[in-house]
Amino acid sequence: MPQPRFRVKPPSPSLTRHSVKAYFPYLFAGLFVLVFFDSWKRAEIAPELFFSDRGRASLWKFLTGMFPPEVSWNFLSLMLQPALETIQISIWGTAIAVVIGFPLGLLGTHTLVVGGILNDAELQGAPLRRGLRQGIYLLARSLLSLFRSIPEFVWAFMFVRAVGLGPFPGVLAIGVAYGGMLGKVYSEIFESVNSRPLEALQATGANKLQVFFYGWLPQALPNFVSYTLYRWECAVRASAILGLVGAGGLGQQIEISMRMFNFNEVLTILIMLFLMVAAVDYLSAKVRAML
Amino acid sequence: MNSSLQQYRLESVRKEFGSQQVALDGIDLKIDQGEKVALIGPSGAGKTTLFRLLNCTLRPTSGKLYIDGEDVDLLHGQRLRQVRRRIGSVYQQHNLVPRLRVIHNVLAGQLGGWPTLRSLMSLCKPADVELAQSALTQVDIAEKIYERTDELSGGQQQRVAIARVLVQDPEVILADEPVSSVDPTLASSIVRLLIDISQSTRKTLLVSLHSVDLALAYFPRIVGIKQGRVTFDLSPDKIADDMLEDLYSGNFRDHAATEIPCETAQPVAYPSLS
Repeated sequence: MPQPRFRVKPPSPSLTRHSVKAYFPYLFAGLFVLVFFDSWKRAEIAPELFFSDRGRASLWKFLTGMFPPEVSWNFLSLMLQPALETIQISIWGTAIAVVIGFPLGLLGTHTLVVGGILNDAELQGAPLRRGLRQGIYLLARSLLSLFRSIPEFVWAFMFVRAVGLGPFPGVLAIGVAYGGMLGKVYSEIFESVNSRPLEALQATGANKLQVFFYGWLPQALPNFVSYTLYRWECAVRASAILGLVGAGGLGQQIEISMRMFNFNEVLTILIMLFLMVAAVDYLSAKVRAML
Repeated sequence: MNSSLQQYRLESVRKEFGSQQVALDGIDLKIDQGEKVALIGPSGAGKTTLFRLLNCTLRPTSGKLYIDGEDVDLLHGQRLRQVRRRIGSVYQQHNLVPRLRVIHNVLAGQLGGWPTLRSLMSLCKPADVELAQSALTQVDIAEKIYERTDELSGGQQQRVAIARVLVQDPEVILADEPVSSVDPTLASSIVRLLIDISQSTRKTLLVSLHSVDLALAYFPRIVGIKQGRVTFDLSPDKIADDMLEDLYSGNFRDHAATEIPCETAQPVAYPSLS
C-alpha cells in the first residue's frame, strides 16, 4: 500500500476560532427576527383599529372634512405670513447649525486632529500633545452627540421657556439640533477625503489651516454643500412641526386648525408645506448641479 | 566643517506601524548636500516609508534622524514646518488636489512661506501669477495654468507636481517613484528634468525608481533597499548583476508578508505530530 503523499494536519486553533465566528451572522439574523416580531406587540401595532366602527367613522370624518381644501383668498392671505416665517426659521436655523457644526465637525475629525499620517511627526513620542489633542477631539465629538441626541422638538420646548413664544425659539432649536447632525456628518465627509494630497500639502510646510482650505475643503465641497442643502430641506419640515409647541410658523396654524376641526384648512397648509419642500429640493438640485 | 555639508544623517532608524509591522529595520545612511542619489528595491521594501521620514511626515520609532544637523525628534510646530519648507517632495500619484485649478496647486508650494490669511486670499485671486507662470513654463505646460487639475493627463499632472516643487524652491528634492505611472519615454524625460533642476540650483536630489536602468543611467550613487534595510550603497559601476538579482529575489514572498497584514497571512504554528 503506497504511503499517503500528504500528511493530514490537525485543524489549528486559529481555524477553530474562525469557524465560531462564522456563526455570528446567523446569530444576529435570528436575534433581529426575534426583536422584529416582538416589537409588533410591544409597539401595540393594531391595524384592525382602522376597520372598527369608531375608527372608520373618525377616519371618514377626517378625510371628508379635508375636501375641498380651503382656498378662499382670505384664508390664503392669512397663511402667507406664517409660511414665510417657516422659511425664515429654516434659513436662520440652518445658518446657525452650520456655524455650530462646522468648527465642531473640524475638531471632531480624527485624521485632522489626532490620527493618521498628518499627525505622526507632530505627535510621535509626545504623549502630552497627543493627550491634549485627544481631549479636544473627544470634547467636540461629545458636544455634537449631546446636541443631536436631544430632539429639536425638546430643544424648542426648552427655548420657548427661555426666550418666550415666537419664531426665535424655533430658530435656536433647529440651530442646535441640526448643528449636532451637520457636525457629525461634516467630520465623516472630511475623514473620507483622499489623504495623499493633504500629505503633500503639509510636506511643503503648510499649517493645518492651510492644508484644510487647500486640500480638505476643495475635495469635500460637493458632499459638504449637498448635505447642508439636504438639511435645509429637512429644516423647512421641522420648522413647520416646531410651531406645534408655540415656535411660530405654519405649525402653529396646523395646530389651531386641527383644534377647531377645520380639516380643510389643514389640507391647504399641508399642500403649502409640500410645495415649499419641493421648491427647496428643486433649488438645491440646481446648486448641486453647478458644483 | 564636514557636518554642515551633511544633508541627512540616519543612525539605525527604525519605523514600526502598530506592534507587528516593521517598515524600516535599522537604516544607516549619510547624504551630503548637493548629492544625487537613486533608491532601488522591491515594492514593500520600505522606500516610501523612508521618504516620509526624510520629508518629516513620519518620525522614526527609534534611532536618530538628523536633517542639516538638526535632530528631528526635537522639531515641533513652527520649527517643524520650517524644516518641511526646505524639503520638496514629488510623489508617485502626483498627490495634487484634483478639484483645484493648476495655478493653486502650483502656488501651494509657497504655503510654508505665506501667512494663513494671504494663502486664503490667494484661493480667490491668485497671489503670484508670474511665479506660477514661470514654474509652469520650465516644465512646458504654461498654457494649462487656469485649467482644473483633474482634467490633465497623468504626465501633465506630474509636471504640475514638479512645478509646485519649483515654486517651493527647497534645498532638497525627494521624488518617490515619480515615473512609475507614466510611459517609458516620458519617464526618462521627467528624471532628466529633476536632475537638471537640482543641478542648476545645487539641490540635493533623492529619487526612488522602479526602473533599475534609469537609476544606473542617471545617478552617481545607488542605494539598494530590501526588507527595511540598506543592502548596498555604491556607485553604478560597482554594482554587479548578482547584487541586483539578490535585491529583487524572493520578491513574491516578501510582498505577501508585508502587504497583507491580516490574520490569515500569519504563519500558523502546528502542534508537532509525535
